[in-house]
Amino acid sequence: MDAILIQLLNGLDKGAAYALIALGLTLAFGTLGIVNFAHGALFMLGAFCAVSFQKILTISKKVKDESITFFDAYKEQPYLEIWWGDTGTAIIDYAVPLSIIMAIPVMLLIGFIMERGLIRHFYKRSHAEQILVTFGLAIIIQEVIRHFFGANPIPTPAPDLVSGSAAVGAFFGLNENLVYPWWRLIYLVFSAAIILAVFAFLKFTTFGMVVRAGMADRETVGLLGINIQKRFTIVFAIAALVAGLAGVMYAPILPPDYHMGMDFLVLSFVVVVVGGMGSLPGAVAAGFLLGVLQSFASMTEVSSLFPGIDQIIIYLVAVVILLVRPRGLMGREGVFED
Amino acid sequence: MKKNENTPHLNRRGFLKVASATGVAASAPMIFMKDAYAAKDFRNDPKDSKTVTLGFNVPQSGPYADEGADELRAYKLAVKHLNGEGDGGMMKTMKPSMLKGNGILGKKVVFSTGDTQTKSDAARASAKRMIEKDGALMITGGSSSGVAIAVQGLCQEMGTIFMAGLTHSNDTTGKDRRRYGFRHFFNTEMSGAALGPVLEKEYGTDRTAYHLTADYTWGWSQEGSIKKYTEKMGWKTKAAVKTPVGAGDFSQFITPVLNSGADVLVLNHYGKDMVNSLTQAVQFGLRDKQVNGKDFQIVVPLFSRLMAQGAGENIKGILGSTNWNWALKDEGSAAFVKSFGAEYGQPPSMAAHTCYVQTLLYANACEMAGTFYPPEVIKALEGFKFDGMGNGPTEYRAEDHQCFKDVLVVRGNEKPTSQFDLLEVVQEVPRAQVEYPHDMLGGELGPYEV
Repeated sequence: MDAILIQLLNGLDKGAAYALIALGLTLAFGTLGIVNFAHGALFMLGAFCAVSFQKILTISKKVKDESITFFDAYKEQPYLEIWWGDTGTAIIDYAVPLSIIMAIPVMLLIGFIMERGLIRHFYKRSHAEQILVTFGLAIIIQEVIRHFFGANPIPTPAPDLVSGSAAVGAFFGLNENLVYPWWRLIYLVFSAAIILAVFAFLKFTTFGMVVRAGMADRETVGLLGINIQKRFTIVFAIAALVAGLAGVMYAPILPPDYHMGMDFLVLSFVVVVVGGMGSLPGAVAAGFLLGVLQSFASMTEVSSLFPGIDQIIIYLVAVVILLVRPRGLMGREGVFED
Repeated sequence: MKKNENTPHLNRRGFLKVASATGVAASAPMIFMKDAYAAKDFRNDPKDSKTVTLGFNVPQSGPYADEGADELRAYKLAVKHLNGEGDGGMMKTMKPSMLKGNGILGKKVVFSTGDTQTKSDAARASAKRMIEKDGALMITGGSSSGVAIAVQGLCQEMGTIFMAGLTHSNDTTGKDRRRYGFRHFFNTEMSGAALGPVLEKEYGTDRTAYHLTADYTWGWSQEGSIKKYTEKMGWKTKAAVKTPVGAGDFSQFITPVLNSGADVLVLNHYGKDMVNSLTQAVQFGLRDKQVNGKDFQIVVPLFSRLMAQGAGENIKGILGSTNWNWALKDEGSAAFVKSFGAEYGQPPSMAAHTCYVQTLLYANACEMAGTFYPPEVIKALEGFKFDGMGNGPTEYRAEDHQCFKDVLVVRGNEKPTSQFDLLEVVQEVPRAQVEYPHDMLGGELGPYEV
């Protein structure tokens, strides 16, 4: 039971990341009909918002390290610590959660510029051309990040308070030694909150209602005198924000590097296809499903029977689901079939 | 019978003249002979050029990029010292040495660099580029055994000497050994032989281990060696799970360890992979666990200060092995640390150390051979015994081109006295304990002439 709980939590955790990226991807596809291969780059840009914010907070002064006698060595002391002492240290410690404040306007702006500057010119072009242009854009974004931040992963730790583990075993009445990292639990809760917020936004606001109507029949909504294009631009910016926030919060789990978006993009596309192209609940459900399956496939009992299964399980499930349900779990007829 | 005036004939005096001349020529010291090699054609022969180019092929991106950056620092320092600049570092302590600080064989040393990206194909491409385009006479570097073996194979084909950097798999000087490849760094067999007795002393003989292993030649080799020595002393192996290099998030591999019944986790990971897997193992509470009535332990068979730096607090108390540590007090280590520290403001890593030593050893071998002609340089390195380079008396074994020297067992320092004092030396394991027969790991060196 202990093993199942841990694997389940781990799977939900991974699934949350897949679901968040796939959600944005589906949102852009469902509204604008665009296949955005640069969506993974938005996830990566979010993570680099956290890195940049941390770098800004830790701008340092070089101080001589007296403990080294062999040669002149220097330690870096952040100005925030020099000026504000413990308060400065605490602010630096909370760099990742605080960076959300910076990430929100930055990601919305990036999404807006991306849609207005490039994507809108490709609405009426074929999906193959959309894929090519967005893939090219993803590579450009990657290389820009590589130029400024280097090729190596940059450690971006969670605040000290939540860098340890939570006693989940005791909470669920199981083995008291059973623990799970706090930050991963926070990520899970955060993802669930974002997903719910997006669904609530689309379900309960007038703006969301118009967007949903536009997703179902763009032409009719336009004939009613509603500027659906403007709303779709905002939806694209929101999709970028969702991916960005997923990236910000993932930074303490996986030190960000310029390539992390591409790693997640491939998996997220599988998630979207399994969930059903254009289906938001499908994307979320498939994200969690594949995350959990991947986690259980890593169990010793499973991997000893089927070595390497954890590496291919996602693709294997995708093949089976597409054979049984060609439109994915919750796909609708007519989407991506022209 | 009339003697033919045109037929040369040999009288007693003539015979003595010819015989003496032949004898003198045959017994002439090497210095009169060395130019004879110049007549032989070989790739990138510097001939009348005033410079000689060395190719530094290191990972500047990927999971081993930190090691690569430090390797490059060491190479640049070695070039400086070979050209007579700076304080000379280990050139002053190396014994025996023919290095004079005037380059190699009087030619100034210059270099070109390549990024292996910790990928075999990229590493081979950059090595090939340096040999063919930049005229590199020797290739050195690498922080991955997969890369080292791939580049070593290429160098054998191209007749260019490869002085391996950080490569720890047995295969580099085992089944994949090559005549043109030389390794100063130790290997997994030596790590197992050195670490085994210390693990037995610290954790006892009744333990169950769970291995997480980087899925390539080094990981397999490391896992095999640790299993060999731990199982010999009574440990059981619960599972050995292969993980992709550069996986980043190892949580899906760590969670199964929690309830596996194992009480030791062996992380056959290196570089950033090790930093990530160890950090995540600690986050999942493994170090606070009690299993089978014993404290759960984590072992990292190959340790470096750079990794310790990346892993921070999590490394404290963890056992592993290392090729060299900057805190060693011998004359050679002190000279190198002083020189490197003055240049870069930090002590060198073990990767930097091995790369620096390899460059000096190559240069010295050229001086000993009196030529850059690779087969003669190879012969000068084979069986070469030296000291004063930080590892005590060391020998380049002729049969497999593996250096034999003492090995360090280290522990993450519980009470560091400075930002760099991260590893505490638990034991300096003597060479005799880690030495093995040259034919134990198989492999053939191949020909001198290619």
